[in-house]
Amino acid sequence: MAEQKRIDEATGTSTVGHEWDGIEELDTPMPRWWLWTFYATIVWGLAYAVLYPAWPLVNSATEGVLGWSSRGDLYKEMRADALRRAPTVGAIAATAITDLPAKPELMQAAVQGGAAAFRVHCVQCHGAGGAGVKKLYPSLTDDDWLWGGDLASIQYTVTHGIRNPDHKDTRTSLMPAFGRDGILDAAQIGDVVSFVRAISRQERASASSARGAALFEANCAVCHGAGGEGGRQFGAPKLTDAIWLYGGDRDSLTATITQPRNGVMPRWNNRLDPVTIKMLSAYVYSLGGGEKGLAPVAKEQGVDGQP
Amino acid sequence: MDGLVTRAGGWLGLTLLAFVMAALAVDAPFAVHMIIVALACLAMLWATVTRADYGALARGILKMPADQGVYDDDPIRWGVIATLFWGVAGMAAGLFIALQLAFPALNLGLEYTTFGRLRPLHTSAVIFAFGGNALIATSFYVVQRTCRARLAFPKLARFVFWGYQLFIVLAATGYLMGVTAAKEYAEPEWYVDLWLTIVWVAYLVVFVGTIVRRREPHIYVANWFYLSFIVTIAMLHIVNNLSMPASIFGSKSYAAFAGVQDALTQWWYGHNAVGFFLTAGFLAMMYYFVPKQAERPVYSYRLSIIHFWSLIFLYIWAGPHHLHYTALPDWAQTLGMVFSVILWMPSWGGMINGLMTLNGAWDKIRTDPIIRMMVMALAFYGMSTFEGPMMSIKWVNSMSHYTDWTIGHVHSGALGWNGMITFAAVYYLVPRLWGRERLYSLRMVNWHFWLATVGIVFYAASMWVAGIMQGLMWREYGADGYLVYSFVESVAAMHPMYLIRAAGGAMYLAGFLIMVVNVWATLGGRVRAEKPMTETPYNAAADRPLAPVPAE
Repeated sequence: MAEQKRIDEATGTSTVGHEWDGIEELDTPMPRWWLWTFYATIVWGLAYAVLYPAWPLVNSATEGVLGWSSRGDLYKEMRADALRRAPTVGAIAATAITDLPAKPELMQAAVQGGAAAFRVHCVQCHGAGGAGVKKLYPSLTDDDWLWGGDLASIQYTVTHGIRNPDHKDTRTSLMPAFGRDGILDAAQIGDVVSFVRAISRQERASASSARGAALFEANCAVCHGAGGEGGRQFGAPKLTDAIWLYGGDRDSLTATITQPRNGVMPRWNNRLDPVTIKMLSAYVYSLGGGEKGLAPVAKEQGVDGQP
Repeated sequence: MDGLVTRAGGWLGLTLLAFVMAALAVDAPFAVHMIIVALACLAMLWATVTRADYGALARGILKMPADQGVYDDDPIRWGVIATLFWGVAGMAAGLFIALQLAFPALNLGLEYTTFGRLRPLHTSAVIFAFGGNALIATSFYVVQRTCRARLAFPKLARFVFWGYQLFIVLAATGYLMGVTAAKEYAEPEWYVDLWLTIVWVAYLVVFVGTIVRRREPHIYVANWFYLSFIVTIAMLHIVNNLSMPASIFGSKSYAAFAGVQDALTQWWYGHNAVGFFLTAGFLAMMYYFVPKQAERPVYSYRLSIIHFWSLIFLYIWAGPHHLHYTALPDWAQTLGMVFSVILWMPSWGGMINGLMTLNGAWDKIRTDPIIRMMVMALAFYGMSTFEGPMMSIKWVNSMSHYTDWTIGHVHSGALGWNGMITFAAVYYLVPRLWGRERLYSLRMVNWHFWLATVGIVFYAASMWVAGIMQGLMWREYGADGYLVYSFVESVAAMHPMYLIRAAGGAMYLAGFLIMVVNVWATLGGRVRAEKPMTETPYNAAADRPLAPVPAE
């Protein structure tokens, strides 16, 4: 390859004079707009590095003329928002949860805040709309409540959770594993299932359900009530309606009596502040099944005598 | 004969060593990998003992012409085939995981086919297997021709090719078995990293050796870019993968860095894998194949110098922009953002030099689908190197980060720039490497071009919409100061976007399959009877003088 500069016909520009495998290069100057934009970004970069934290030192870095920091920025934004919400939050904190419905504006604010907290903390199990997950987690949108659906009961449940082994005040109860532990044999369980399906009007009364009635009286009525109407102090579900957490068909009922789930819900008083819990309770209450005028269900001893 | 015995004994020894490692393995994936290594050694033993001319074997299978030219092109032909093979695998995996996001049932309930394992399989297959083979093959092609010299160490070059394929197989099978170093784009574990280091150093030796033996006084710009790619990737790979194996017989290791320092090292690596693998390396391809296909001189020598040095100097600092608003100190975030913005013009220097090289040959966009691909590649290169600096600005990043906008950005670069320029280079190479008069079909190239282009538009547009939607939903506060949407609501809202993205990916893959058919037919020596790309209409009736009008 010789150093042979030539004028390129199509562009009228001189080549540099090199050639590799037939490739030549033109000696076109760099486009001015390109060069000046490049310079401008460099100038901007230097200015930015003076204004904002940029130059690392031994143990820290320059803080920048503007004194901006991402933590400081976050702190300011959070503080401004906290100040803006302070009157509402303060009012909710100062109001007993049972008094909230009497103050519609405050109730509305609590429901809004509770909805936001629900989306973050509760939707994983109870679903985005609170409808629950079939055979796993209860729906919060109906008027069938395991532990009570008035504001104070909901607040207690959210605060202390259900069956938290590490928490003294948690709601708890333990349905015995009638099948697994051999309390009832398979035929007896079948009879109890027949009875439960009879009182929930899924089957006609039969000889089996008649036998089951006696077994129910002896084993189940203490929590679920003589007629299967349920017992909220034990979180024992009503068995006479069409709402079934773990399924109401023969197979599901047999499975539940054989080995009950005894579902667990975390307590939130170690993760959320009391105002957020209050707002969450108001939101759950507002989902459609909230109960008025009922006395709050106090926590009592579990059926087996355990706290 | 002594040499043969020594070599055969060496391969036998390595085979046995690998089997011993497999037997002593503390976890199943490591045992599987050592058996793969043992099988590779056995294949080499067989080749040594039978003295098989595997070059000739490959020529038979791949229909390669016997060495006609002076250049050492066998590893390049293998590399072109490997590029296409891994391209099909990687893009099909990409389409599959795109469908998994729309239809989670496609995870199939098997650990081996979950999104978490197939996703690194996809990224590594398209970046390192498809892109890496294209880079190695084209670099061997370009460096020989622009240096007017044969490859410096022919055997080492062959080792680079086969060693790299072994790396790909070990990496890919490892992902499926759940072996991962948990570093994005650097997932292979310590022993695979060590193997790649050996292969990569051999690659550097072959490349630099060829440049040293050049018969040209100057080093062509494409080789600057290739060299910066090889050297920097070696440095990034070694530093980011520094780790301590839990056992010499096991696949698990622990990284040398922890916490935010590990994150910063990882993104220093990750961003420069983009910068030096997907940008510098492919710019090198552009600098050779665009002027060759256009038959025009490179637009500006001065621009290529300035943009090369500014690009490689600036890119290496830009990594922290992946960690905006994290535990990374503010000063490091500033560093990443400022250098990313300044990087804008140096990146565009490559686009200008590529596009303006067409000065005097713009008409080829109409007639030559390969040029059309190159122009589209440069257009997407320019677009994504504008989008990147923009997304690195903290104000933009506070919305775009963690959203699918990032995925759209990466794919407009990967599909548009890396994919298109690789397709163009392969279309250029195939007839020349296999001594064919021309490709089987130029019209199929045109089909490929349009399927790929429309596919990218579907892909990028849906991900822009999806990303901005996600970003806005995540930060949407109601009047009361509370978040409006739960995360899962933003996931549900993505479904239509995921479908459009999968449709775009399917089109891109369809275009690629057309390419594979086209290349295969070209290798078979066939030429499709088809109308040329342009035909200027000829009207015979009008092609005559007007009849004289008789005077009255």
